Parts: sequence; structure tokens; C-alpha cells
Amino acid sequence: MPQPLQVKTMADYTASGETPEVLFWIGCMGSFDDRARKITKAFVRILNKANVKFAVLGQEEGCTGDPARRAGNEFLFQMQALQNITILNGYGVKRIVTACPHCFNTVKNEYPVLGGQYEVMHHTQFINALIKEGRIKVEGGSFKGKRITFHDPCYLGRGNGEYEAPREVLLKLDAALVEMKRSKEKGLCCGAGGAQMWKEAEKGDKEVNVERTEEAVGTGAKIIAAGCPFCNTMLTDGVKAVGEEGKVVVKDIAELIAEAGEL
Amino acid sequence: MSISAILFLLVFAAAVWWFTRNVRKVRRNILLGRDLQRTDRPAERWALMTKVALGQSKMVVRPVAGLLHIVVYAGFIIINIEVLEIIIDGIFGTHRAFSFLGGLYSLLIGSFEILALLTWLACAIFLIRRFVLRIKRFWSREMTAWPRTDAGVILSIEILLMTAFLLMNAADHTLQSMGAEHYVQAGAFPVSAVLAGFFGFGTMDASTLIGIERFCWWFHIIGILGFLNYLPYSKHFHILLAFPNVWYSKLQPKTQMSDMPRVAAEVKSMVDPSIPPPPPPAEPEPGMPPEHFGAKDVFDLTWKSLMDAYTCTECGRCTSVCPANLTGKLLSPRKIVMDTRDRLEEVGRVIDKKGKWEDDGKDLFSRISEEELWACTTCNACTQACPVNIDPVEIILDMRRFLVMEQSKPSPSLNAMFTTIENNGAAWAFGPDKRMEWMKE
Repeated sequence: MPQPLQVKTMADYTASGETPEVLFWIGCMGSFDDRARKITKAFVRILNKANVKFAVLGQEEGCTGDPARRAGNEFLFQMQALQNITILNGYGVKRIVTACPHCFNTVKNEYPVLGGQYEVMHHTQFINALIKEGRIKVEGGSFKGKRITFHDPCYLGRGNGEYEAPREVLLKLDAALVEMKRSKEKGLCCGAGGAQMWKEAEKGDKEVNVERTEEAVGTGAKIIAAGCPFCNTMLTDGVKAVGEEGKVVVKDIAELIAEAGEL
Repeated sequence: MSISAILFLLVFAAAVWWFTRNVRKVRRNILLGRDLQRTDRPAERWALMTKVALGQSKMVVRPVAGLLHIVVYAGFIIINIEVLEIIIDGIFGTHRAFSFLGGLYSLLIGSFEILALLTWLACAIFLIRRFVLRIKRFWSREMTAWPRTDAGVILSIEILLMTAFLLMNAADHTLQSMGAEHYVQAGAFPVSAVLAGFFGFGTMDASTLIGIERFCWWFHIIGILGFLNYLPYSKHFHILLAFPNVWYSKLQPKTQMSDMPRVAAEVKSMVDPSIPPPPPPAEPEPGMPPEHFGAKDVFDLTWKSLMDAYTCTECGRCTSVCPANLTGKLLSPRKIVMDTRDRLEEVGRVIDKKGKWEDDGKDLFSRISEEELWACTTCNACTQACPVNIDPVEIILDMRRFLVMEQSKPSPSLNAMFTTIENNGAAWAFGPDKRMEWMKE
């Protein structure tokens, strides 16, 4: 029986006069999407296990504005950014961690010029730091020796130059990490970025997620590791499309760590 | 001064004049773009230029094309030392003015010859890759008649120039060994000595050889000056613009979008009425189009996007890694950049003709379709792949901004996303009260 999740909001902390060490920015997908909620919970279990004093914004969190901005709606982006920054600054937030590379990119890179300056980490960076500081111990568990391939999220990898943190965490599982031909700087997009998540693809002869899933499945790995809720959805759909459902699974790195530790 | 020296000076001056005139036009066209500050972090910029442009670091990601390109690039740069001598000889009627360098001169000429041969071979392989093996990225949709011809012309000119250089040396070398007047003993000729033997130069009389040597000399130098003047009309302009274009690279994280300070200020003032709205945009200069939200035409792109357009050498590495293009969509980042240049040159021709800009009823959207723009995933595979740091994503996103903010024409289903963000503060249709429901399951 897993432990109940321990989650407090910024408002809770403020009421009790405490300051959390980090704010967990959940993001819309992590809050509302059935699949991504599992990632949110897995990451919370890791934070609980490591005794991290973290807060969430709860009802006060709003879309960062990433999809609106990439879809050309700068006014809407600015509205969202302004609201979020007002709330974050109101609570005096200094450090933020998020499991979504799109939220990560926007808050880290696009909020500072608008007055929102925070230390922003992707959850794979945060987990990697927890492991290095010895705050959580990771052993391979059921993943020992399994072939795992990692799909680089564009907004984490090429976008922000982080290729190593997710891989370092995966190696802690004693798994056999196999790389796709297109990885790191050459990684192929899952097809969801730039507001594609909210629209049908233009006419073509193939879906991008199928192209990518074929490559991932081609490595022989039965686990495709992801670090982004968008990629996760696209690859999960891709696995179904290529007829590998039930044989190949797509898991977020937080889920792999939580499962390995039976959290 | 001899007639040939006067002739040479005239040709040289005309070539420099025409080239300068065209470069000034390119500069004028680039400066039609929107202002952008790109002079911060100069040390980092010099280092980047040294590595990426001078050091060709992104070229060798594809080893075959990369190494062949380095041969041609080194050949081009080093053989230009020889061109300096040719110019001096042309003006002063000397022959091999640098020959006083003695052993060093032999070393130089010898290595030029080897490089010339390698360049010749590399260009031949490039031609074969492009026109015989027909490598896919050279034959996609945007590679219409002119881009294909342009590539063929460039490679052929380089082969002809190298041929003339080597034949000139072959004749010169033979004349030297015959003890012909004026042809001082100088240089080492590892390649052209073989050529001279192959073509039987040793059996020809001195006047024929002088004819060949003079013809090749003039062909080589007129060819180079002609080639220089071909650059501004061609994709080959990259040999010059690659350097400044990399220097002015975007140094921010690739996925960081450009700011729109005016919109930010307006929204701030809307939310907090105590903050005054920003002053209205300055009136455009007479005859120039008004400022837009996003990009309708080249005037609305930053000057860096316009420099990108002139720097593109149409290698297609961007398109060959674009997820949209790989899956059969219309979008090709190379086409976006080529269309931008074509439109910019069209605008430039109007200004040339009328002396100022007059609306011609066309813009970027006359060439780039909405379907192309909406297919981009902003994954930045294209900007990563570009050997000279061109940023097609910037152009695409600027044009999307125009479509949405001035024309209310997003890709259809995106309106629903906008609405739910406006109403719920979420990208999906769930209210704030549902934000913590994941806890309950």
C-alpha cells in the first residue's frame, strides 16, 4: 500500500509562516491529463521520499502561456506571464522545479525579462541532484539490465542544452541505456511542440510520432523513457499505432525512479 | 606602363566597383529589417565565429560533405595568397613577384598546386553527388531551376579556375626549364609538372607556351574577378556572410522566443491602469510600410533574419532533419529562408527602380503559405543543423504572430486553446478548481 501523498500549497506554507525549499510547477498537462497525472504523482512520491519541503500553487497556477505564444498569440502569453509572475513574486518564490520542459523553458527563459527571475530546474535535473546529494537512493529493482532508450525532449535538449541529467538518472537504474540514432543534438521531435498538441497535423505521408516511435522501438528497448508529458502522450499513441501496445511501454523518468524504489 | 597592365587595371577596377555597388545594395536590403541588438557578449561571439565559421565545426557533423567542403574552403582561402601575387604582377608587369622568397616560395606554390588539385577533385565529387547520385536534399521542391543551375555554375567555375591555374603553372614551368626570357626560375610544381608531361608541353615552342600561359593567367584572374561579382547574385555569397552571420548568432537558449516589449507594456497597462500605456509607435519613414505585430513582409523581420536569408547556401541540412518535412508535410525550413531572400531581392529591385519603396501588393505570404507555417513544431532541429547558424524558426514564428495578432487567422483548432486559456487559465478546458484533482485518484 503506497503512502498517501503529502502535498502542501504555497498558501498553506504562508499561513504557517514556513518557506518551502522549492516550488513544484505542475503544469496544465500534469494537472489535467490522465496519463501525465501519473507522472505528477510519481514525482511527488520521490519528493516525499527525499523529504523535500516543496509547495505547489494549486488553484493559483495558470498556463505559462507557452502554447499561446508559439501559436502567435503574444497578448495571451503576456497575460498569462503577468499573472503567474505576480503570484510567484507575491510568494517570494526563488526555486522552481517542473516535470514539463515547455513550462521549464518558458519560466526559465522567457519570464526573466518580464520581471520573473527564478532558479528553474527540470525534474530530471532535480532528481539527479537528490541522488547526488544522497537524499534518495536508487537501485535498479525491476529495471536492472533492461534495455531502455531515452527520447530527448526538444525543449530540454536542443532548447536548453540538457542532455545528461536524464541519462545520469537512468544509469542509476542499472539498466542498459541504448541510444537511438537520432539522439541528443540530433534528437527527433515527437511532433507536439510549437502548439501542435492542440491541432491536427498538416497533410503529409506520416505522423511525426509514428516516425519517432518506430525508431525507438527499433532499438529493441521495451521501455521508452521520456522527460516531457507531451512526448509521453505522443510516444504512447505511437506505440499503439505501430502495434506494440502491451509489449513496449513509455515511462517518464520520474515514474521509473518511483517504481524502482517501489514508492 | 604596358598596355596589358592598363587593361588589367581597368578590368580590376571595374570588378571592384561593380562588386562594391552590389554589396552596398545587399547591405541596404538587410537594413530594411527591424532593429535588433546583437552585439552583447562579444568575446563569446568571436569564439563562436572562430569555431563555427572559421573552424567549420558544424560542417563535419556530416563527415563526407564536411571534409570535402574543408578542402574547397582551404583551397579557396590559401589560393587567394596566389591571387595577391597575380594582382601585383598584373599591375607592375612583373612575373612571380613573390619569387624572392626562394625556398618558402617553392613551398607555397607547391602546396597551392596540391590544394588546387584537391579542390578540383572535391568539386568534381560535389557535382557527381548533386547531379549523378542526385542526393535527395538537392532535389526537393524548392530546388527549382535557378537554385540547381546556381550550384552547377559555382562548381563548374571552381573547376575551370583550378584548371586554368594548373595549366598556367604547367606552361610556366616548361618555359622556366627552357630558359625562356622573363620566366624566372621559381616555385615548385608537383602537380603541373605532371600535367605538362601529359599534354606534351615539352614538345611545344616557346611562343605557343607563352600563349597558353598568358591565356590561362588572364582566364584565371578574370575568372576570379567574375566569380567575385557572381557572389551577390548567388547562394555562394555565404563565403563572405557566413562570418558575420555566425558572429550575430542568437546566443539565448534555442527555444527562447523573441520579446515583444510593446505588447508586454500594453498588457501591463491593461491589467494595472495605474501604469500608463506605451507611447504609440513612431511614424514610419515616408513611404515605408507601418509597423506590424509579427511579420507580414521583410520589413517586419529582424535584420538578422534578412542576413540569414542572404547567408543561406541552400545545402538543405535543415530540411533533411525537419520532422514536418521528413513526414511529407509541405514545410521546408530551407524554402522559408530562400523565399525570404527572393522576396527581399524583389523589394530591393522596386527600390532600385523607383528610388524608394512603393507597395507592390506582394509580401512574404505571396511565397510562404499558412500550411507551411503551421506545420512547424519549433523543435529547432533546423537551427541545430545549420552550419552557419541560420534561424528559420524565427521567421516562421514572426509570421505566425502576424497571422494571429493582425488577421485573427490561427490554424483552426488553436482558437479553442486560446479560449480555454483565457477562460480557465489552462490549456485544456478545466477550471482552476480542478487543478488539484490528480491528488484524489
